[in-house]
Amino acid sequence: MSGLQQIEGSLAVAQAIALCRPEVVCAYPITPQTHIVEGVCALVRTGKLKNCEFINVESEFAALSVAIGASAAGARAYTATASQGILHMAEAIYNAGGLGLPIVMTVGNRAIGAPINIWNDHMDSMAVKDAGWIQLFAETNQEAVDLHIQAFRLAEELSCPVMVCMDGFILTHAYERVDIPTQAQVDAFLPPYEPVQVLDPAEPYSIGAMVGPDAYTEVRYLAHEKQLQALRLIPEIGRVFEGVFGRTSCGLVYSYRTEGADVVAVALGSVNGTIKEVVDAMRADGAAVGSVSVTSFRPFPLEELRVALGDAKHVVVIEKNLAPGLGGMVASDIRMALRDTPIQIYTVIAGLGGRPITMAALQEVLAGAGDGKLPDMQFLDLDHGIVEHEIIRSHRVRRSGPTAENILRNPAATIAQAEN
Amino acid sequence: MAQDSALQRVKFYQTGTHTVGNRLMDEEARSVQASMERSNAITSGHRACQGCGEALGARYALDVAMRATGGQLVAVNATGCLEVFTTPYPETSWQIPWLHSLFGNAPAVATGVAAAMRRKGRNIKVVAQGGDGGTTDIGFGCLSGMFERNDDVLYICYDNEAYMNTGVQRSSATPATARTATTPTVGGAPGNVFGTGKNLPLIAMAHNIPYVATATVAGLHDLEAKVNKAIDMAGARYLHILVPCPLGWGSAPCDTIHIARLAVESGFFPVFEAEHGRVTAAHKIRRQLPVSDYLRPQRRFAHLFRKGTEDSEGVATLQRMADANIERFNLLGERKSP
Amino acid sequence: MVTAAELLSMAAFFEDKHAQAFPSFGSERMGAPVVSYCRIDDSEIRLREPINSPDALIIQDPTLLLSVDVFHGLERDGFILINSQRSFEELGIAEFVAKFPFGHVCNVGATDLALKHVGRPLPNAALLGGFAAISDEIRLASVEKAIHQKFSGEIGQANVAAAREAFESLKAA
Repeated sequence: MSGLQQIEGSLAVAQAIALCRPEVVCAYPITPQTHIVEGVCALVRTGKLKNCEFINVESEFAALSVAIGASAAGARAYTATASQGILHMAEAIYNAGGLGLPIVMTVGNRAIGAPINIWNDHMDSMAVKDAGWIQLFAETNQEAVDLHIQAFRLAEELSCPVMVCMDGFILTHAYERVDIPTQAQVDAFLPPYEPVQVLDPAEPYSIGAMVGPDAYTEVRYLAHEKQLQALRLIPEIGRVFEGVFGRTSCGLVYSYRTEGADVVAVALGSVNGTIKEVVDAMRADGAAVGSVSVTSFRPFPLEELRVALGDAKHVVVIEKNLAPGLGGMVASDIRMALRDTPIQIYTVIAGLGGRPITMAALQEVLAGAGDGKLPDMQFLDLDHGIVEHEIIRSHRVRRSGPTAENILRNPAATIAQAEN
Repeated sequence: MAQDSALQRVKFYQTGTHTVGNRLMDEEARSVQASMERSNAITSGHRACQGCGEALGARYALDVAMRATGGQLVAVNATGCLEVFTTPYPETSWQIPWLHSLFGNAPAVATGVAAAMRRKGRNIKVVAQGGDGGTTDIGFGCLSGMFERNDDVLYICYDNEAYMNTGVQRSSATPATARTATTPTVGGAPGNVFGTGKNLPLIAMAHNIPYVATATVAGLHDLEAKVNKAIDMAGARYLHILVPCPLGWGSAPCDTIHIARLAVESGFFPVFEAEHGRVTAAHKIRRQLPVSDYLRPQRRFAHLFRKGTEDSEGVATLQRMADANIERFNLLGERKSP
Repeated sequence: MVTAAELLSMAAFFEDKHAQAFPSFGSERMGAPVVSYCRIDDSEIRLREPINSPDALIIQDPTLLLSVDVFHGLERDGFILINSQRSFEELGIAEFVAKFPFGHVCNVGATDLALKHVGRPLPNAALLGGFAAISDEIRLASVEKAIHQKFSGEIGQANVAAAREAFESLKAA
C-alpha cells in the first residue's frame, strides 16, 4: 500500500487514517466525505486495519458523540463530515473542544445551505472555527495525508481535537500522485494514545460537569492558552515529521515568492495551487507578487502572518466564505494580524458553492491590487446583471418567490409578469 | 481528582429505616442498599430535592450494577436533574467514572465508551442514564440508533414525566391532563393534552433488543433484581424507571414511594420485563386501585377534582388507559409469589 | 466519464508523469451529463481550475454534441476522439473537424468494442486505447497497466482487449 500512488484523494486519506491505528471510527455519510469513510471501512473489513471498530451511526451528531465516548474512554477516535453534517454535530463539536478530547476529524469542505449545494467552499469549517478545535487546511492531497498523520500526534500531545480540512471534490475526488508512508514510519512518528483524562474504574472521576461563574472564565482561558500552545507545537511537530518522512508538509503558514512582493495573495486550501501559477505568470511579466497559504487557520498565526505579509503593500485575501453584510472571515483575522501596519487589505469572495476560481480572474484581481484599484471587498466573477435584475424584480412585487429558484429565469419576462 | 479524597464509605445512618429493617430477612435476600459494603456510587451530599425519586432510583440501580460488575463500570449521563444535582461544581457525588454527555446523545456517547473498552480488551460495563426528556424527546434518535445496532449498553431512563430540571415543562412522557409550566391549568383545556402517547418501553421492544424492563421506586428489590439481571447481559438493554418528583408532581416528599406504588397498583404504570420484543414477565397487581387514588395526592392533577374545573371525563379516560394496560400486560392474573 | 479521466491519469503516472484527474460536477448519481478533466505534466500540477482550453477531447456520449458545446475552448491543433461509428457528416460536425490537422479527429465504436469484449456498454478502456493511438500523450502499455490496476482478473483482460482493438483499428486508419 505504501509508496507513490496515483489515487483518489479520499482513498489516500483513508489509508493515512488507517496507518494511524485508530481504534474507533464512526461514520455518517455526507457528500463529499463518503469515499474516505468507505475506504476506512474496507480496510477494517479486510483486516488491513486491525483492532479498529467501524460503527455506522444514525446521524452526524451521533458520529461525533460516539467519538467523544470512545476518546474519553481512552481510544483513538476518528470521524469525518462536511457541510450540513458539521452543523448537525455542532453541539458535540463544542463539547469535544471544551473537554479537550483528542479526536481527529476530516472535513471535506462543502458549502452550507440554504441554498443546498454539494460543492466546495469553507463555510462549514468557518461555522465552528471558534469551538476550540485546531483547524488545518490542506493544499494538496499529499498535504492532506501528511496533515492527518500530524493531526493525531498534535491532538494527543495537546489534548485538543483537530479537524483537517480538505476542499470537497477539488481534493477529495481528485486523482493525483500521493506518497503513502509506511506503517513503520507512522509508528515511529505516532506513539500509542496516552490520555490526559480517561474513564477508568481504577481511578474514577467525573468528566463534563457544570462549571459555575466562579470558575468558567478560567477554564475558557485555558482553552485559549491551549490554542497558543498549538502555535508552538504545530511547527515542532512539523519538524519531527520532516525528519521521519523526509518532506515539508506542515507548519502554520507557507510563503511563496513573497520577497520584494508589493502584492501578496493569502488563501486557505487548494486554491493556493492556482495562486502559485498566477504568481509565476505575473512574476514572469515583471510584476512583484507573491502568495501566502495559511495551513493553520486555528490557531490563527497572528505573529507568523505579520512577518510573512509585513513587507507587502497590498494583501489580497481570497476567501471561500462569506460573512453576509461584512465580507470575509479570514480577512478579519488578517486585519488583526496587520493592525499596526499601513498595508491595504482587500477581501475577494471567491469559489462559493464550488464556482471555479480561474487563473485569469485571479490575475486581474492581483493586477488591480497593484494599481490600487481594488474595492475593499468584492465577489469574484459575480454576474452583476443577474443580481441587479433580481433586486429590481423582488422590489417590484411582494410575492416574488424564492430567490434561488427565480434568479436564472429570464429577468425581462419576470419583471414584465410582475408588472401585470 | 481521586487522590484528593478517598472514596467515601457509607455512613450507618445513610441506609435508612427501610433498609435497616431488612434485618429480618436473610442476608442474601436483602437489598444491596442495605449493605454497608455497597459501592456508594452516588454518595451523600448531592443536591437532590427532599424525596427525589430519581436520586433513590439511581442510587439503587448503580450500587447493584457496581456489585454485579465488581466495580468495573462506567456511567454516561445526559443533561438533566440527575446530572445537575450530583455535580454541584466543584463537588461531585459520583464515586465511579462518570461522563456527562450532552442532552441528546447519552446513548451514542455510551456506545463510544463501550467500543473503546472492547478495543482496549477491558471488561468494563457501560450504563447510560437520562431523564424522560433526554430519552423520549431529544435523545430519541440516538437511542433508537443504539438499539438498532444492539450496542453493548444498559440505558436507564429515570422517568419523572416532565423536564424537571428546567422548571417542570412538558415532555412526551408527561401524562395527559397533568399540569406543567407549558401545559398550565388555565383556559378551556387545562393541563396536558390527550395525545397518542409515546411508550418508550414498547418502542424499545419494537427494536427487538435483548432486554427491556420497567420498574418503579416502589419496588426497590424488583428494581435491583432487574438491574442485576440486565447489567450482565450483552447488547442493548433498556430500563424505564418511574421516579415520582415531589416538586413537579406536587406531592409530599415522604409520599414518593407511596405514589409510585399507587401508579403500579392502579395499572397506570405497568411493571414488566421483555426480551427480544416479547413480554416475559409482569408484576401482578394485588388489588386494582381506581386511578383517581393515584391522581388525587398529586397537585399536578388537582384541577381534575377541584370544584368548578372537575373533569370526570378526563379521569375516566385515564381510567380506561389504566384498564387497557392491565389487559394488555395481564396484570390481574394469578400472582406466583406474595 | 469519471473513470476514463482517472484511468488516463493512472496511465500517465505509470510513465512517471504527474497527472490530475477530477470531475466537474461530482454527483454520485449516474445519468447526468458529466465532464471530467485530466491534466498531464512532467512536473507537479498546482493548477486547480477546470480545463477551459483542452488539448484533447474524448467524447464518450455523442448525443451531447447536440446539447452541449463540447468543443468550447479546444485548441486549434487539438485531438478529438468520439465514441461513435457514424461518420462526421452523420454526426453533423464534418465542417468543424476539417479545420483540424489530419489524424487529430477520429471516431471509434468504443461502446461496441466494450460490448464485444466485456459484455457491458462501458467504453472507457477502448476510448483510452484509441486515444493512445491518435496522440503521443500516452502509450498503450501504460493504458493496459492502468486497466489492470483498476479491473482485476478476467474483467481486466477483457477491457485490455477492447483497448487493444481500439488502438489497432485507429493505428491502421
